[in-house]
Amino acid sequence: MSDQPDSPRPLRLIVLVKQVPDTANVTGDAMKEDGTIDRAALPAVFNPEDLNALEEALKLKDRHGGRVTVITMGPPAAVAVLRESLYRGADEVILLTDKAFAGADTLATSYALAQAIKKVGAFDLVLCGRQAIDGDTAQVGPQTAEKLGVPQITCVSRIDEVVLGAREGRRDDTAASGTARGRVVATRSVEDGFETLDSALPALLTITAEANEPRPPSVKLVMVYKHIAAEALPEYDDSYLDPDAEEAQVCMLDHAGRPVCRAKVVQWDHAAIGAERELVGLRGSPTRVKEIESVVLAQSEARMVAADETAIAELVHELIEEHILA
Amino acid sequence: MPDGAGKRASRHTPDAKTEAAAPLAHGPGAGDVWVFVEQHDGVAAEVSLELLGRARELADRLGVRVGAVLLGAGAAAKALAPALVAHGADVVYVALHEDLADYLAMQYATVVAGLIRRHRPQIVLYGATTTGRDLAPRVASTLRTGLTADCTDLRIGDLERKGVVTKDLLYQVRPAFGGNIIATIVTPAHLPQMATVREGVMVMPEADERRSGTIVDVAVRRGATGASSRRADDDAIVLPASDFAVRVVRRLREKKTVGLKGASVVVAGGAGVGSRDGFALVEQLAETLGGVVGASRAAVDAGWIDAEHQVGQTGVTVRPKLYVACGISGSVQHRAGMDQSARILAINRDPDAPIFSVAHYGIVGDLHKVIPMLIKAYRTRGAVGAASAAQGGA
Repeated sequence: MSDQPDSPRPLRLIVLVKQVPDTANVTGDAMKEDGTIDRAALPAVFNPEDLNALEEALKLKDRHGGRVTVITMGPPAAVAVLRESLYRGADEVILLTDKAFAGADTLATSYALAQAIKKVGAFDLVLCGRQAIDGDTAQVGPQTAEKLGVPQITCVSRIDEVVLGAREGRRDDTAASGTARGRVVATRSVEDGFETLDSALPALLTITAEANEPRPPSVKLVMVYKHIAAEALPEYDDSYLDPDAEEAQVCMLDHAGRPVCRAKVVQWDHAAIGAERELVGLRGSPTRVKEIESVVLAQSEARMVAADETAIAELVHELIEEHILA
Repeated sequence: MPDGAGKRASRHTPDAKTEAAAPLAHGPGAGDVWVFVEQHDGVAAEVSLELLGRARELADRLGVRVGAVLLGAGAAAKALAPALVAHGADVVYVALHEDLADYLAMQYATVVAGLIRRHRPQIVLYGATTTGRDLAPRVASTLRTGLTADCTDLRIGDLERKGVVTKDLLYQVRPAFGGNIIATIVTPAHLPQMATVREGVMVMPEADERRSGTIVDVAVRRGATGASSRRADDDAIVLPASDFAVRVVRRLREKKTVGLKGASVVVAGGAGVGSRDGFALVEQLAETLGGVVGASRAAVDAGWIDAEHQVGQTGVTVRPKLYVACGISGSVQHRAGMDQSARILAINRDPDAPIFSVAHYGIVGDLHKVIPMLIKAYRTRGAVGAASAAQGGA
């Protein structure tokens, strides 16, 4: 990968994504007769704010040059979100899939993700969506940052600047290594305004929907990747991503004329990422679901008012009489 | 991590099938119920005071004390401590240091996790604010314990698993899956049990100035780079050099002009409003009724209105005298933010919309026709038959 003139070195960007049931668009097909929801019937989608995180990574790559690595944890079918990431311009994609990962809460999930990131090696930024629409917890980002020992900036609505240092950094880089790797300045939305923070690299940022409008898939990349399948490749070997390497297959040139190598979908299990069995999946999860209650809507007890002027005037009159309206 | 704030004492005793989630006996304060108190310029966040009220109930049920954890710098922050006692705290841990003047994730997580390791509370609650949701996961990961986000209810109850009953766990109740399910989460084998709770969900306790409590000063200092960070003679919590990777460039505080929380009338629009122009009609009704404009997540996501107006699980929780829901279907997440309103009027084209199940009054119809009728009726003070009377008198 060639560098832009203003960048001392290419950026190493990691994006964490999740495939989620589309809870935002529950259709009649997903409703069971008892009025509860059939979760299995919901279509699986790319978690919306993870797309915003991917877009931020791709924008940074466009500006500075570098590599975007996308990691997801999920069932084999989650390869779909990795494919979608490739369609939009990701360089390297990794699927963490293993029965041992099942039932993970946010702590066990962040442990597995952090292990995978450590295996990939030195990075400048980890980006992920603020929260996933199935759980809305917003916990995996900060917990992954803690596991990596790097600072976090959550709820980022704008990345103001990334200033790269010359140093490549090492695998064991932590925040304590100082600012040799560079800095990121980002603005987060808080309840009563905004705050702009300046963090040493490497760092983890969680991105909100306000940050950008994700680019659409590239038709060319869809053609390249639509049939790609995951391959279990337990060793981390990225040599095929070097356009000059023997095994590299250059599939296209990017907007700056740089060759883009065809990616593989790397598949890792818990052993491949060196994760302790006791710390992943349900076994590694301190929380348990005690009970799940499907929401069944109560029979309406609302007093229905006709949509005509007389009935509405009567209602308003009543609300004024009862001092509900001034 | 030093020997874990971690695992509960052994749970599988062969004879006793029942065991209490007894506080790990480690000195005074073990087993207490704590609230992390968020403060800005010496003013406590409302959600922190609300949580003290619920913490008081939980602690009374468990027979333990309520602890409040207050971080900041200077006299203004410390002056808050008596108010925390008045709202229900028995003990206030006050950590003052210039590096804690403004919230920063790493320094705050170091101090909060350090205090938890030292005093071993069984429950720690945080407001589900941008600060609480930034801090709590970092602390939970440091301590390797469980955390449940955005709870709508907290209770004490037992858990039976494989014939073993664990007594007095914290039931952490929250909607999930887009609000289509309500889940009760427990943290059966790790301490402390931690949860974030959204503002406005718990009822603010009345301040009782006669309550008495203990104020404990917590020493904090910066660790020297490279040198051994522990001095034998002090018990200060040490902020390691690695915590100083982030600095604040600027903070822009905007006074909230929306004022949803205290409004006596809220007029809210949802997906059914259909457009930004349609939203102008919602705003017009709000203005006419002397109310404040609210919105569902769908309307905010569509870009018709700013996120500050959002009502619901991922927005503001409101309890107005009158809530008018215009074109809002009524997901559980939205209803969680408004179903405590004294009166709810729902206007929706779909007679089966879930919003009608929480409404007191329902109008099935096109809001673009119904809203102008409401505006007109209010302007004529709801005189019955006003329309015809006004015409007759003209």
